Amino acid sequence: MKELICITCPKGCHLKVDEETFAVTGNGCPRGAVYGANELRNPVRVVTSTVIVEGPARRLPVKTDRAIPKGKMFEVMEEIAKIRVQAPVAVGQILIPHVAGTEGNVVATKALAAQ
Amino acid sequence: MTKHDLVVIGGGPAGLAAALSAWNAGIRDILILERDKEAGGILNQCIHNGFGLHHFKEELTGPEYAGRYIALVKQTGVEIRTDTMVLELDENRILHTVSPKHGYETFQAGAVVLAMGCRERTRGAISIPGARCSGIFTAGAAQRFMNMEGYMVGKRVVILGSGDIGLIMARRMTLEGAKVLACVELMPYSGGLNRNIVQCLHDFDIPLYLSHTVTDIRGKDRLEQVVVSKVDDKRRPIPGTEMVFDCDTLLLSVGLLPENELSRQAGIAIDPRTNGPVVWENRETSIPGVFACGNVLHVHDLVDYVSAESEQAGQAAAAFLLGARPEGSEIRLVNGFDVGYTVPQHIHRGLDSVEIFFRVRNVRKDTAIRVMDGENQIARFKREHMAPGEMETIKLPKVLLDRIQGDTLTIEIEEAAK
Amino acid sequence: MHYDVIIIGCGVVGAACAYALSGYQLRLGILEASNDVANGTTKANSAIVHGGYDPLPGTKMARLNVVGNAMFPELCRRLDVPFQKIGSLVVSLSEEDDAVLEELLRQGKENRVPGLRILSAEEARSMEPNLSSEVRGALYAPSAGIVNPWELCLAMAETAVKNGAELHLSAPVTAVERCEAGYLLRTPKGDFTARYVLNCAGVTSDRVANLVGDHSFHIHPNKGEYFLLDKAEGTRVGRVIFQCPTKVGKGVLVAPTVHGNLLVGPNAAPTCPGDTANSADGLAFVRASAQRAVPGINFRENIRNFAGVRANSDRDDFIIEESRVAPGFIHLAGIRSPGLTAAPAIGIEALELLKKAGLSLQKKAEFVDSRRRIRFHELSDEEKNELIRQDPRWGRVICRCETVTEGEIVAALHCPIPPVSVNGVKRRVGAGMGRCQGGFCGPRVQEILARELGLDPTQIPMDWEGTWVLCGETKGGAKA
Repeated sequence: MKELICITCPKGCHLKVDEETFAVTGNGCPRGAVYGANELRNPVRVVTSTVIVEGPARRLPVKTDRAIPKGKMFEVMEEIAKIRVQAPVAVGQILIPHVAGTEGNVVATKALAAQ
Repeated sequence: MTKHDLVVIGGGPAGLAAALSAWNAGIRDILILERDKEAGGILNQCIHNGFGLHHFKEELTGPEYAGRYIALVKQTGVEIRTDTMVLELDENRILHTVSPKHGYETFQAGAVVLAMGCRERTRGAISIPGARCSGIFTAGAAQRFMNMEGYMVGKRVVILGSGDIGLIMARRMTLEGAKVLACVELMPYSGGLNRNIVQCLHDFDIPLYLSHTVTDIRGKDRLEQVVVSKVDDKRRPIPGTEMVFDCDTLLLSVGLLPENELSRQAGIAIDPRTNGPVVWENRETSIPGVFACGNVLHVHDLVDYVSAESEQAGQAAAAFLLGARPEGSEIRLVNGFDVGYTVPQHIHRGLDSVEIFFRVRNVRKDTAIRVMDGENQIARFKREHMAPGEMETIKLPKVLLDRIQGDTLTIEIEEAAK
Repeated sequence: MHYDVIIIGCGVVGAACAYALSGYQLRLGILEASNDVANGTTKANSAIVHGGYDPLPGTKMARLNVVGNAMFPELCRRLDVPFQKIGSLVVSLSEEDDAVLEELLRQGKENRVPGLRILSAEEARSMEPNLSSEVRGALYAPSAGIVNPWELCLAMAETAVKNGAELHLSAPVTAVERCEAGYLLRTPKGDFTARYVLNCAGVTSDRVANLVGDHSFHIHPNKGEYFLLDKAEGTRVGRVIFQCPTKVGKGVLVAPTVHGNLLVGPNAAPTCPGDTANSADGLAFVRASAQRAVPGINFRENIRNFAGVRANSDRDDFIIEESRVAPGFIHLAGIRSPGLTAAPAIGIEALELLKKAGLSLQKKAEFVDSRRRIRFHELSDEEKNELIRQDPRWGRVICRCETVTEGEIVAALHCPIPPVSVNGVKRRVGAGMGRCQGGFCGPRVQEILARELGLDPTQIPMDWEGTWVLCGETKGGAKA
């Protein structure tokens, strides 16, 4: 049994995951079961960061639109550091598709209005 | 002097939600006064995710959560005035403001919602000894520099306090290439959410030193070293346990304080335990027609709860403006064993239901919350896990509320059977 | 660059000399080691204008304290420096203290301190209800007051600069040579010559004296630590509350500040120049001592600790004299408490010494002896609106704790001695002095400074050189 704290939501349920069957107990909701199993099989995280804006606003917040493999976080950060965006940008607009070879896209989390 | 039915002080999550719910309750003349250049408050710099699971049933980042509310408010006739600072509020609900665009103005409000948020405790508040060098930031100030302005505040970092902002900044700085050497917590437990301990510290192998504190700061110009010592059970540093970290940055995440200078000035009664106004179940303060919600009332862990509380305050402000006042005599809530505070601090008799928010003083497992009417237990709620860093809530339905005989209601934690 | 007179050091003593001299026709240079004026002892002290009963009769300290004290009301009015003549009490907590009060009264009368009298315990407590019930009586000095020390220094220095004095910042004197013109002073900002030199170098004034081969005195830097409490505690006392002086100093005082906060301190401990660190023991001592006189102080309202270094010397009095080995090189050194109070009088004293050393002084016809600073929060509604109409930046509040607007910050950046650091702005307009200690306004002040000075925000220090705030941009910078 591996003990984990669920990070799916801020409640932070204390999970117990069976290392062989990946059965989860202690979860308060079904998403906890999914998290517990995944965390042992293939842990994933959402990466949030900012990208450089060309213009007076200096940075625009972004995120990966799905959780990407935990081991790829720094690679994703490197990709994010390379790009420059210009207004206008809409919330949810894809700025880097399939970042670092993952299934996640880097998307804007804030709108940037046209100058 | 301009008149408005409802003036909301603060355009962060609390103010936006309060204005929106007042609009939905039929109030049509609503003004939000926001001191920053844009609405959204502190959420604009909280670029991490984890917001909105309760309220929007999906996981959002701070800017996304704020953006959704701003979009909803923009669909209404609520006016948001940015770049506007409220300088003064009085007991007659007259507000004095200043802004570059409109100059110095006064407003007469039919009702006021206080939603000014909170500020961070500083080095001075906890009197950390040591040099007066640069490199010591509150975590929120560092967050603003990084996420809004795009600047790095340092390369080698120690974080004092394991509150959520400190934990979030540990991850944020690590991802941006800084080395976070340690997170140091005075208490024997973390002040932040469990999920943040996992995904901000464990994910990056950042050690968390519980029952430790910073006992010296060294550096002639910029910070060069911090000394961390273990503390005893009275939180006094233990000589001989010093660890020295070579670092250029110390981030402080040592607590938040509701910003109630305006409230105090107006003569609103303040609860010394929350540092926020004393409120009724509808979030009305000691001045009729003045309501408070969000972090100005008490420091929340989750913006979702801020939104819920603020909707309540907005609805209550609308009801006040429409002439509906809560009736019923006062029942005072008393903090029983291990309860640090409650919000609300008092309720009206005969309500349909009431939700009570509170914090425990210690980490507890397998215990229960008891609601006592004198010697009479009127409700008991089992809890597997409680911690001061996690706000607790209990809901009392009419059937239980109607049983209350006395003038006080005590919320207490059941002592573990020895 | 040649000057008739060079002043080394622009703390309150150097600034007072510059102010006094700038009314005369001469070429005046000021060399300051730091990147701002008032950046040593002047910015970290008790901010008290003392009555003058402490110094031994017959000393320069006694004379200049009482003369200086009398100059404050008019000087501060002319130069727009916050000053309040609130009076002081020295409280007695024991029978021995009662005798000390009598001695201080006698000394004070001899020093010609006006209005001194001894109060009964009841009188003292009716004046100051928060005094300890242990207080047995007090010496009341109605002429004592509180001042903003760094603004006093800045105001005098600015006035000197407006009247033609040339201030060189970040110019520590590293060597002094004799030359035909008098003295040659070497600094990282270039070489300067002068016929006369005033050594106002504070805690390093003995090192400056050594540069001309004068070893006649030594500075023994002595540190004092303080608490600065929130305005919520600002009315805990209405006057300066001292305890009876001991051999090491005037002891721990409790006083309101001109900004409305409460100041508690200092202790006294030997140190070295530049050591402004706080210690847990020092602070604990200050706290415990203060509570003996004013037990109700709520230290939970503390917003900042700091420490100042006093320029104590191996002599019992101020060292105000021409060097015996270097003619025309005049020391104004060892200016410990009551140095701030005495400073305006020391400036006049410097004039006299320069005259005696042979400098001929002719008054300027067009001496501008005034200064005004707009403090937004003190203006009437109409005045606020008028300013905002002229420049909307006056309507943008940057420091919410102290209600400081962008207009005030920009105005400070265009004054005769513009700040180059975040704390330089704080000392001029108060942004960041309040309860959040710059948590909210720090980043914005940084941005305004960079914009107005045409620099990158990473180049703006917190305070003196080397106190960097930002080390670069995220994402490796936007310059790609």
